[in-house]
Parts: sequence; C-alpha cells; structure tokens
Amino acid sequence: MWRYLWDIIKTTVVALPIGLYTVLRYLFKKPVTRKYPYVKSEMAPRYRGLHYLERYDDGAERCVCCGLCAAACPADAIYMEPAENERGERYAAVYEINMIRCIFCGFCEEACPEEAIFLGHEFELAADHRDKFIYTKEDLLVKHPRKDKPYKTIYRRVRRQN
Amino acid sequence: MADLTYIILIILKVIVVFLAVLTGCAYATWLERKLLGHLQNRMGPTYVGPFGLFQPIADGIKLIFKEDVVPTQAEKVFLTVAPMIAFIPGFLTFAVIPIGHPINLFGHEIPLTVSDLNIGILFILATTSLGVYGVALAGWSSGSKYSLLGGVRSSAQMISYEVAYGLSLVPILMIAGTLSLNEMVAQQSTILHWFVFRNPVAFVIYWICAVAETNRAPFDLPEAESELVAGYHTEYSSLRFSMFMIGEYANMLSVSAVAATVFCGGWNGPFWPGPLWLIAKVIVFMMIYIWIRATFPRLRYDQLMDLGWKVLFPLALANVIVTGIILYLV
Repeated sequence: MWRYLWDIIKTTVVALPIGLYTVLRYLFKKPVTRKYPYVKSEMAPRYRGLHYLERYDDGAERCVCCGLCAAACPADAIYMEPAENERGERYAAVYEINMIRCIFCGFCEEACPEEAIFLGHEFELAADHRDKFIYTKEDLLVKHPRKDKPYKTIYRRVRRQN
Repeated sequence: MADLTYIILIILKVIVVFLAVLTGCAYATWLERKLLGHLQNRMGPTYVGPFGLFQPIADGIKLIFKEDVVPTQAEKVFLTVAPMIAFIPGFLTFAVIPIGHPINLFGHEIPLTVSDLNIGILFILATTSLGVYGVALAGWSSGSKYSLLGGVRSSAQMISYEVAYGLSLVPILMIAGTLSLNEMVAQQSTILHWFVFRNPVAFVIYWICAVAETNRAPFDLPEAESELVAGYHTEYSSLRFSMFMIGEYANMLSVSAVAATVFCGGWNGPFWPGPLWLIAKVIVFMMIYIWIRATFPRLRYDQLMDLGWKVLFPLALANVIVTGIILYLV
C-alpha cells in the first residue's frame, strides 16, 4: 500500500516535471531545420555528385578516351567513342554517362590517368523522362577551365607536348 | 419589438461565438504544429504566409477538395451522422462560457455570454460527454476493425475519466456555492481569488481528465497511429474527416475555456478587455496541451484504466471529502 503510493508520488511529483522541463528547454534552442529548396547548404569538399569533365588551362579537353573509367565503372554506366583531332591527339567524340545506372562510387575519378573526370557537388538530378538521364558531353564538359575554385585539386594543369 | 431585438442579439452572439471558435480551431492546429515543431527543434509551418499563418486555410481548402470515400462495408447513415455528433458538443460548451463584462449598447445592458445558464457546469459536463457518441458511432459504422477498436477504446476511456472529471469540479462548486459560471467568474475577481490556488488538487485532476476526455496525447489511445492506423476516423476523408478534426480541437478549446473560467478567473484581468483575457488564458492552456503532448509517451491501455479508476477517482473523492471538512470547519 505505502510502497504503491510512494511509486505514484515518485513517478508523478518527481519524474513528470523533470520530463516537462527537459522538453521545454528545447523550445529556446535554435531549430536544426534547413530550408532546403530555398537555402542550400554547402556540400562536403569530397562529396560525390554529378560528374564533370575538366579542361586544361588553355581550354583543351583533358579526356583522351582511354576507357579506363568505363572499365572501372561497376555499374557499367559510361559509354564513349574515340576520335582524333587535327594535332593527332585522341579525344572522346562521344562521352555518355547513364545517371540511372551510376551509383556515384567515384571509381571513374580514381581510375582516370588524365585527371579529366571528377565528381562535383550537384545532386539534384531528377528528371521527368528516362532519356534525360543520359548525360552527354555537352552536359558534362565544363565550359571553361576552372582555375579559381575547383572542387578537386588538379596536379598537372598543362597539356602534354608531343 | 423588444423580443425581436433580443432574438437578433442572441443570433448575433451565436454567430460571433461560433465563428470565433471555428477560427480558434483552425489556429489551434497552427499553434500545435508550430509549437510542437519548436519543442522538437523543428520549425513547423513556415512557407504559407508569414510564419506559416495561412497554413490552416490551405489545409482547409485541401480537405474540402479531397474525395469523400465511403467504404462498402460501412453503415452509411451512421457514417454520415457520426462526424456531426462529434462536431457539435465542443461548440455547445461555448454557449455558457462568459466572455466578458456586460456592455452597454444603445441603453441596453448586453451580457457577453450566449446564455447565462444558472446550471452552467452541469451543462458543460453534459455536452462534453456527448462527444463520445460521435466517436463510438464512427468507430462502429466504419466497418473496419481499427475503427471499431478505436471507438470501443474511446468510449471506455471517456466513461472512466468522466467520473473523475465530474468529481474534480465538485470541490469548486462547494467553494463557490454556485453552478453558474458567471457568478464563479465574479467571485474570482483578482488573481488571489482564483480557484486554482484555493484547490490545486482539483485543478490537476481536472486537467488530466480533460486531456483524457479530448483524446489527446498521452491519452490518445482511440487514435493511436502506431496501433490503430488512425483509430475511429481511419475510414473518413474529406469534409467528414475535417469535421472530426474541428470537433477535436473545439473540444480542446472548450475544455481549456472551462479550465480558464472555473479555475483561472475567466475574463477577469487588469488593463485588457475581458474577451482578450479569456483568449489569452485559453491559448496558455492550449500550449500546455501541446507541451504535454510533446513530452509524454502514450499510456498502455491497462495503465490508462489504472490511472483513471485507481488514482484519479479516489483522489477526486478524497478531495471532495477534505474540501467538505475544511469548509465545514472554517
């Protein structure tokens, strides 16, 4: 009887106000919410998002269409066709990544001997048609060489002379 | 002619109170979502209007345009009637709650209450217990096991808490010596005369029973999401569902208003006009509702019954007896 009453007192008079106070403290803390579609947060420096194809500082494409990225790709998402330019250098005439297959593992970036393909910070890749997920060279190749703020460090910035 | 103005006055008061309570219900949902969000380190509604203030309007419009689904297994008549029964009692309570000092308009003294009933407390007790019929009928008529379980749970819960709910108000009636809410408010003219401080135990019992009566967390067993999908309104959609929601929030508002009137001085207060004080007190009580919801986990069913019958009911009875003895001696 007394034990029962003591249990009631312990769980009501003592425990319940402690719980109420604990919750009330959170009212005065700053919410952790990020207003995502309006305010986008900075991604981690090594985040693996949408791929991009780098250029040399003089504007030439780095990719030589060696096919190592396609070979490394565990999802078999990369397709390319080689061609030669007027200086006799190989380049990729067609370079496609299937973003439905891609698992963003970053193996292509690691395999690339020319420091040509990187995974950037873009992650909003939704589209309303399956064909739109085939990213071609126009989508992937950066327009100008990124000198000021590249996501990833490039060690050899000048084209090889042959 | 005098009769006609009287009737028009009554109708006007009814419309004003009804619309005020309806708006109150809408903004109670906003307050709940906002405050609950901030209590959980979230933000609640933010995008629709400033501070998400137009969110209830958007929700209402959305609910109106939803498809009204009637299950094939359902009892159509009761399925239609149940939301109405659940909708009405919460609003009925406001008929007897005094909202302010009588005002003088064109030489007439107009009391700011829809009806100055001399048995106001009894009326409130009667109407608040009517709500269970809507819930039980909805649970039974939906033809779904979750709804049925929700309805049965709700009726059992309401019956067990009704007893302590009524008994918790008895000491206040003994102290006040009246059943009329207007006289009660008149007796609590300053904060020192509030009945909370005269009999805090009655207030605590009243508030716990009020939370249980309105099926709110931690006593929300009739609509426990994790067990019963949505309880008694599982099979409802569109306007009928919104009637249940409005009814629930109207019940919460009415219970808060009764708590403010009976225990916390009603519309009495310095500086501000009466209605503002009542609204402020109701908002405080709604915040306590939400605070409790954010804190406590749902009770198990046997714990609920234990609390109702073994703790609150004896405590309320003892409170009546002790209050009686003290009143006799003093």
